[in-house]
Amino acid sequence: MSNCQETLKELETFLDAELPDARVSEIMSHLTECVDCQGAYEFHAELREIIRFKALEDELPEGFLTRLANCFGDDVLPEE
Amino acid sequence: MGAQDDFIADAMQYAPQLFSSALRMTRNRADAEDLVQETFLKGWRSFHTFQEGTNLRAWLFRIMTNTYINKYNAKQRRPQETELDEVEELFLYRRMGAVDPSQMNASAEDQMMSLFTDEEVKRALEDLPEQFLLPVLMSDVEGFSYKEIAEMLDTPIGTVMSRLHRGRKLMQKMLYDYAVERGIINEALLEAPTDK
Repeated sequence: MSNCQETLKELETFLDAELPDARVSEIMSHLTECVDCQGAYEFHAELREIIRFKALEDELPEGFLTRLANCFGDDVLPEE
Repeated sequence: MGAQDDFIADAMQYAPQLFSSALRMTRNRADAEDLVQETFLKGWRSFHTFQEGTNLRAWLFRIMTNTYINKYNAKQRRPQETELDEVEELFLYRRMGAVDPSQMNASAEDQMMSLFTDEEVKRALEDLPEQFLLPVLMSDVEGFSYKEIAEMLDTPIGTVMSRLHRGRKLMQKMLYDYAVERGIINEALLEAPTDK
């Protein structure tokens, strides 16, 4: 059994998918029973997703990929 | 095709994500491009040490974080850890009641999404102190495991976990402050903190 205090303390590791399976199922069963902890879980899960979504992409500088592919210069072995 | 040609073909797909992370680290597009190029060159030159079947993406990010730490880090002026106050647990969650719906141009479903702009999320990451930036970036944005991050940063897993925890709380505090500045938080709506 998980109580609220333990669940909230491990919520972050749970969201990181880094808890042992046994703890995962205990926390999941607590979340189905406890509206408060479920609310905290949903909030942080969504916040994670939003941060990832909003920080994942940046416009590449023009010509970036071409310059990158050419940066090997003299190091590159001649084509066969 | 030689092994090094394979490297170029395989590594190229990760170039955009490497650039984004490089930009969070260096906060400068020219430096970010240089950092990615340097990462590719180092990867290419040492590709013979790469173990086939292991994670190329993690390997590239490891080269990049190390190059950053050794070369670009000194140029950054990030706040020192000691300048920061400890942020309470569940900081943002406990303050969501203060979001003023009348100030938000969004349906209830999209509220979280429009609470912060892309720019604010990027700025919050970029302004994290060094020891928090790299773990938070590698976990929350790039999705690496504790073990992969520990190897990248050459620190114990426990250290990665505590830095992630403190870095995330700090980021929540920054995002909250930006929302206050933008006028979408009405602190009068906030109930007095209660012990639960």
